[in-house]
Amino acid sequence: MNLSPSPHPPPPVKVAVRKLDFYYGETRALNSITLPLHAHHVTAFIGPSGCGKSTLLRVLNRMYDLYPGQRAEGEVVMDGANILHPAVDVNVLRSRVGMVFQKPTPFPMSIYDNIAFGIKLYERLGKRDLDERVEEALRGAALWDEVKDKLHKSGLGLSGGQQQRLCIARSVAIRPEVILFDEPCSALDPISTAKIEELIDELSESYTIAIVTHNMQQAARVSDYAAFMYLGELVEFGETTGVFTAPKEQKTSDYITGRFG
Amino acid sequence: MMSLYSSRRRANAIATTLCWGGAIFGLAWLLLILGTLVFEGLRGLSLDVFTQTTPPPGSAGGLLNAIAGSLVMTTLGVALGAPLGVLAGTYLAEYGRYTKLALVVRFINDILLSAPSIVVGLFVYTVMVAQMGHFSAISGVVALAMLVIPVVVRTTEDMLLLVPASLREASAALGLPRAHVVTRVAYRAAKAGLVTGVLLAVARVSGETAPLLFTALNNQFWSTDLNAPMASLPVVIFQFALSPYKDWRQLAWTGALLITVAVLVLSVAARAISHRKSQT
Repeated sequence: MNLSPSPHPPPPVKVAVRKLDFYYGETRALNSITLPLHAHHVTAFIGPSGCGKSTLLRVLNRMYDLYPGQRAEGEVVMDGANILHPAVDVNVLRSRVGMVFQKPTPFPMSIYDNIAFGIKLYERLGKRDLDERVEEALRGAALWDEVKDKLHKSGLGLSGGQQQRLCIARSVAIRPEVILFDEPCSALDPISTAKIEELIDELSESYTIAIVTHNMQQAARVSDYAAFMYLGELVEFGETTGVFTAPKEQKTSDYITGRFG
Repeated sequence: MMSLYSSRRRANAIATTLCWGGAIFGLAWLLLILGTLVFEGLRGLSLDVFTQTTPPPGSAGGLLNAIAGSLVMTTLGVALGAPLGVLAGTYLAEYGRYTKLALVVRFINDILLSAPSIVVGLFVYTVMVAQMGHFSAISGVVALAMLVIPVVVRTTEDMLLLVPASLREASAALGLPRAHVVTRVAYRAAKAGLVTGVLLAVARVSGETAPLLFTALNNQFWSTDLNAPMASLPVVIFQFALSPYKDWRQLAWTGALLITVAVLVLSVAARAISHRKSQT
């Protein structure tokens, strides 16, 4: 157990959330959240249901824009620019900030098209280049060996874990900078979960990652930083080892040890 | 304890008997109607029905002009109404889902959906037939299109609403513009339902008589001129069935059988498509 501050200087900040408030209509769901996402590291958002961790995640790619009555106040600065600014093109933003959802969401098309679809939107590639990119993405998501012989079969025919890795491949294929995971393993069995966790670890070498999870062990296993949230407030943020082994707040300690939540 | 159980069993037996009785009562009439139709219709079925035009009373003839007229007007009516319906349904489900305008459009569409078709016929009579000064196939097409639209709007909206929000979010999360989300993902996911909706609309309008009576009227002869009156199966059936001539009434039966079979085939096709969809 190491209580002294980390000897390494903290890695650069990719996304800085500053004094972020979030409202569903009149209801305030996030209260002045300030935290960094460090580049090429995994940050886990943990906390009991309704604490706002998914809401926070959905601000980072402005997913909330799809629904009327939801609004964010404050700043989310990515590479020096506030992504909450109305002039920001959300489609371009979302191509830089990918997202993987709780339930696998393959599109009703072939495995190949599931991946190629997003790429074709941003780049004009010949067939050979496109094939390469699809293979690269599927390899990146550790799915290539399982699907290389049935690329033109429907993505809906895969198992849940495979579908989830297909969705990860789809996000990776358009070369984002940040990937958001919203409880990516909650619908999966332990073996698929282990594969996804391993994958998240590998992906953190190339991408900045934020993950929402209900599973404390998972948060401890995959993340470098952890943010504990409660009732829309950020209770504690720090290196995962610190938050889990020597939480500064009583509430964090109670939650992690299973006393509530 | 036992009495409670036995009284429950008795209630169950009574309810089951009533359900069976209701089902048999309803189906019996349906079978009777279909049986009469097949029996009477088949008697007049011959090659002439498909090769000869409608005859004057007392001479031989067929339904060729009426069949062709129905095909032409139904096809054009659906070709005109279905795209408009799909677009409006898409607006309701995808773009205007939370807007006041959508509420109003949805309400008016529901009224149109249940409006008697004769009202639509009279409306088109007033705005087209009366202005043009004569009955015409094209006004019949417009009347049928007006009946297609509300059906297709409704089914399109319902089918698009069945596409899970998660799929829409997943596409948006890739940075897909809204139009792509709708056309590439939502339409694809709802394809079977959209096709079924259009087929149901075809089935609905192919038997409509009232809107054509005031618009396309009827034509004793072969005609493909959209600017002239045109025969159609429902109107010919209406005219022939009420006539005192035996051979006309026979043709009416046969025409009714043809429409029924066509609608049956369409409905089965619609079922088959949505069934195949639900299996994937």
